[in-house]
Amino acid sequence: MLRINGLTKQFGGLRVLDEVSFQVPEGIIYGLIGPNGAGKTTLFNLITGILKSNTGTVHLGDELLTGLPPHRVTQAGIGRTFQNIRIFREMTLLENVMVGMHDHLRYGLAGTLLALPSHRREEKRGRERARELLSWLSLDTKATIEAGSLSYGEQRKLELARALATEPKVLLIDEPAAGMNPAETEELMGEITCISRRGYTILLIEHDMRLVMGLCQRIAVLNFGVLIAEGAPAEIRCNPEVVEAYLGKDV
Amino acid sequence: MIAQQLINALTLGSVYALFALGFTLVFGVLEVINLAHGAVFMAGAYAALLLVTKANLNIWVALPLAMLASGALGLLIDQIVLKPLRGRRAHHLMPMIATIGAATLITNAAQGIFGAETSRFPLGTIPEESFQIGTIRITELQIAIVIISFLLMLLLMVILKKTRLGKAVRAVAENPQTSYLLGINVEGVFRLVSFTAAALGGGAGVLIGLSFNAIFPFMGQPLMPKGIAVIILGGMGDVRGAMVGGLFLGVAEVMSVAYLSSDYRDAVAFGLLFLILLVRPSGLFGRVLERKA
Repeated sequence: MLRINGLTKQFGGLRVLDEVSFQVPEGIIYGLIGPNGAGKTTLFNLITGILKSNTGTVHLGDELLTGLPPHRVTQAGIGRTFQNIRIFREMTLLENVMVGMHDHLRYGLAGTLLALPSHRREEKRGRERARELLSWLSLDTKATIEAGSLSYGEQRKLELARALATEPKVLLIDEPAAGMNPAETEELMGEITCISRRGYTILLIEHDMRLVMGLCQRIAVLNFGVLIAEGAPAEIRCNPEVVEAYLGKDV
Repeated sequence: MIAQQLINALTLGSVYALFALGFTLVFGVLEVINLAHGAVFMAGAYAALLLVTKANLNIWVALPLAMLASGALGLLIDQIVLKPLRGRRAHHLMPMIATIGAATLITNAAQGIFGAETSRFPLGTIPEESFQIGTIRITELQIAIVIISFLLMLLLMVILKKTRLGKAVRAVAENPQTSYLLGINVEGVFRLVSFTAAALGGGAGVLIGLSFNAIFPFMGQPLMPKGIAVIILGGMGDVRGAMVGGLFLGVAEVMSVAYLSSDYRDAVAFGLLFLILLVRPSGLFGRVLERKA
């Protein structure tokens, strides 16, 4: 589904990513782990077109994503959430999710003014879809309040709902459980599993090992920009290089 | 007397609100204090004058056409003056200064083409009918001005609040970068907002030109401090705030002329503004400025 091939990124003399290649098969939850500074978020930024890679390519199916500007990558089918939360605080949850939907300017101003009936129908459809997405993350009861008043964990979930609104084929999730308490994390794991079961392919960056091992069917491990292991959770857990680099002696 | 003055104030205030609305829209979304808004206001009035005198159009046909022309001018200013600065991540004062340049250019061009003297609409352009209700006299023009202003403001509010396009505009206003990453065509939103804001400004110019029947190259200049005052009073970038602020300024001006002296008109209006800001520093509808976490 998502193919990353020989991706290299250098900031000045610092090689943040070095010839990283892996493939995310369709329909699974794929984990990307590694210590701080391993290059995980940089990899996300390369996939989504925020940063330009020095060498290497990213394909979604047969489509080359490398070189596309971020909004085109989104349209091609990559949705993402951010490590630092970026919701629209002054808009309601419903509006936040609807902003994520495609083709905002399809009708332009004239269309908005002239094609009011058809426009209203589409608005209604969008609103229903947004409510549905919110319900996937148990946020539907708060649909009409301002997003700024949500708790930290809820804001993260709202980002997920908004990313889903772009109708992505692959969903990139950057540290969803950051700042969540164990109960919230547990709930989130259930919701991510549900999303995956609905047919979304998910690429997940996460520090919480319990979450990664419990959730992901496959895992890639980055260390100082180099891919040091790739495989099923059981293999990763036993890989001595991974244990040394990241997991520590007590795992 | 007071009722009569209130009607005059409502008329003037609704045009101020219309003017300030475009101003606040550009500030809210593009984060630029567009000092060329007064020049676009003036250009709208001249466009209507040309359409009436040269094309013999009815003024109510000329008004929307003049608004389209002003919108096009606003779009041009955005593309030529503001867009290159956006690309270069310029200091936030630079676009403001650049719009002074655009304003000067447009004003001088108007002076070159139309001369510095005041132009007037030909006789019969402006509806002269008026209604007498008790001691109050309302002209047809006043009614038209208030209705048109409020319709345009209402339309804008509905679009911003209810449509997906409006949501995209508000998303860009709150955080252009995140909006871009979500797949919103941010440049498209900027163009649309520049056009709409200028169209509203130009429309206000036509209405002011009609109500004083005086059109001159510098007619936009006294409007600029008023526009800034209105959006500060209402809360920077807030659409409702611009409406209420505009009406407030209209009332303050008309009342100080009626009951004090026209010499004190601006002093009273801006003095009141100062007092309100002492109590509410972020304006009537302003939130504590907090953007881009």
